[in-house]
Amino acid sequence: MTLAVSRRAAMLGAAATSGSLLFAGGQAGAQQKPAELRVGITTFLSGPASVFGVPARQAADLLFEEINKAGGIAGIPVRAFYVDEGPGTDHLVGEYRRLVQNEGVHIVFASISSGSCLACTPLSDEMKKTTLLWDCGTQRIFEEGPHPFAFRTQGYGTPEVLAPLLYLLKHKPDFRSIAVINQDYAWGRDSWELWKAGMDALKPGVRVLAELFPRFNSTDFSTEITRLLALRPDVILSTSWGGELVTLIRQASERKLFDRSLFVLPVAEASLQQLGKAMPQGHVIGARGDHWNNHPKPKDPARFKRFVDTYRAKYNEYPIYPCHHMAQAIAAMQAGIARAVAAKSGGWPNDQELANAFRGLTFDSPTSEITLREDGQGLEDQIVGLSSFTDRFAFAVPKDMVIFPAAMVSTPVGQKSVPWLKSLKTDVLDRMPAPIAG
Amino acid sequence: MGAWFSENGLLIGLALLDGLANAALIFMVAVGLNLVFGVLRIVNVAHGSLFAIGAYAAASLGLFLASLGLPPALGFAALVVAAALVGGILGPLIERLLLRRIYDQEQVLQLLVTFALFMILEDVQKLVWGVQPILQDAPMKLLGTVEVPFGEDTIPFTAYQLFLLPGVAVATLVGLAWFLRRTLTGRVIVAVTTDKEAAMAMGIDAAKVTLLTFTCGAALAALGGALASPTTSLVPGIGAQTIVLSFAVVATAGLGQIEGAAISALMIGLGRSIAVYLAPEFEVVVPYLIMVAVLLVRPQGLFGVPETRRV
Repeated sequence: MTLAVSRRAAMLGAAATSGSLLFAGGQAGAQQKPAELRVGITTFLSGPASVFGVPARQAADLLFEEINKAGGIAGIPVRAFYVDEGPGTDHLVGEYRRLVQNEGVHIVFASISSGSCLACTPLSDEMKKTTLLWDCGTQRIFEEGPHPFAFRTQGYGTPEVLAPLLYLLKHKPDFRSIAVINQDYAWGRDSWELWKAGMDALKPGVRVLAELFPRFNSTDFSTEITRLLALRPDVILSTSWGGELVTLIRQASERKLFDRSLFVLPVAEASLQQLGKAMPQGHVIGARGDHWNNHPKPKDPARFKRFVDTYRAKYNEYPIYPCHHMAQAIAAMQAGIARAVAAKSGGWPNDQELANAFRGLTFDSPTSEITLREDGQGLEDQIVGLSSFTDRFAFAVPKDMVIFPAAMVSTPVGQKSVPWLKSLKTDVLDRMPAPIAG
Repeated sequence: MGAWFSENGLLIGLALLDGLANAALIFMVAVGLNLVFGVLRIVNVAHGSLFAIGAYAAASLGLFLASLGLPPALGFAALVVAAALVGGILGPLIERLLLRRIYDQEQVLQLLVTFALFMILEDVQKLVWGVQPILQDAPMKLLGTVEVPFGEDTIPFTAYQLFLLPGVAVATLVGLAWFLRRTLTGRVIVAVTTDKEAAMAMGIDAAKVTLLTFTCGAALAALGGALASPTTSLVPGIGAQTIVLSFAVVATAGLGQIEGAAISALMIGLGRSIAVYLAPEFEVVVPYLIMVAVLLVRPQGLFGVPETRRV
């Protein structure tokens, strides 16, 4: 059932919501059910990271349309307010405040960039607004202090780097040298620090032949590739993404670097459609989660297929991982609101009650079940495999997949990632699940 | 010193090969920017957009021809045709409709107008080509690779980057120098560049010259983009980084200097490549270090001529 929302009702709802803000702060008073559920979403709509942000917005539009057709969430329709992360952090901070104070959003989804999340999370504390970190990966968010109103509905940098490292150690245990070529910004540097901490603990003595951090948004890696060809490292790690990863793979492939070194590409999934058959086979690829199109055993195959098919039918491409992360955030929002409303026996929760409902929440994604830990971090499984081609897809998908349980590769609550990675022992490799052919 | 060279000499040799291809692409864009500034006295921020649109148009045309099942070699023709179309259509449109109205305005306003145009064209690219990377590398694949000896090893380079890009850049430099110095139209452009008022007093149609020059500059930017397209993937934002680097080349060379742009592009291209080998963390800042070093010594750029103040 779709609820018709008149302009007057919407304004009354907004006014009621704005009014409730004055009293936000944890009081468990009676809340008027809003006329619409207002969701503020920060995503990249411009710049290089729009390769993630635009598909994610498309996924949100698609899912909100379905939800509204089915009667909304807790009986009220959902309305999204999008904000572009492209103009930068200062702009985003102002936009976050505008979303809360002027638009009266009930919940915020933030963000793709780790820098954006690091800026928005303190605002969620200050404004006491439930904020779902729907895609950013920095481990710092919940390791540097509590954020009672922030929850990350997917994995993060540490499991996304540790899972491919463990896979590599099993797949090619005899490698003796490595080189890294990452984008020169927070994720590129942080992911290398995480990798190096884990690698030094699990396989000490590996020679690092080159640490290359080309300028963010580079369009040419010829010189770096020449250097790597000359150095001949056994393994090349790159956590790059988007157009830069596509360019790196194409240029490296053309110059036969893939024949000389084994590549480990933890964020490859989002670029494989663009690469098509140009992606070399037999290299380690990750997906920032478990949502590969050839997932060997998704929890709800019908739901997974429906989401992929509907997205493909509407946008003529397969959904990439930011689409799945957006879908996870929306699923978490549905489950969280349902839990909060149930806790109030059908009444509408205030900001504090809504935030309380997300702590320890378990919700289903099409591929698995995700639990938000007590520190707010979500536990999302990771699937890593070797690039290969099948008859089903016109682009590379993984084979010999290992599904890493989230808890196995995530830093325990209360610990920091780098020291934890440095403390790892090789017995973790014995606990690795067996590969699935795919 | 001798030991250092014996150890790193081969690597520096490889860096020089990479630097040449890098310099060739930067030159193609910077020379158009410089030419336009020489005649129009406008720093055209939207020049980077013409590079990006040239790249997108070349890739689209190449993919279209491939979809028709035509020979892959036609991909080379697609590069030139796309650049000519972008330069020939967008160049006159921008000059006639926009720039002509601001020639006599403050430089700040000119910068703002061309920056606004840049932003608009960035959005146009997203509307037309979307945000996902676009690839068309048929021309690069067609030329194959060349094995360059490296001690007892060999290093594969693409022939496209090793020969075609530097070759086109040299041909452009020689052709442009010949055109400006040996043809009547070229001499008219040089006359307007040197002294617009005097040239007009001699009966030269300055409006026609500015239109022609801007179209040539736009076509050169588009050709730079078209030539770059087989080597990279096209995504939103490629125009912005190109224009920033081109400004560094133009400022180093001196505004309005064609040969100077070639030498500056070479300095910056080689500087970046050598930095990747010796001190990768400085690769990003090398172009700007070179620019600052030159401007500290010669504020008018390496080959620029100090302007006499007219009273």
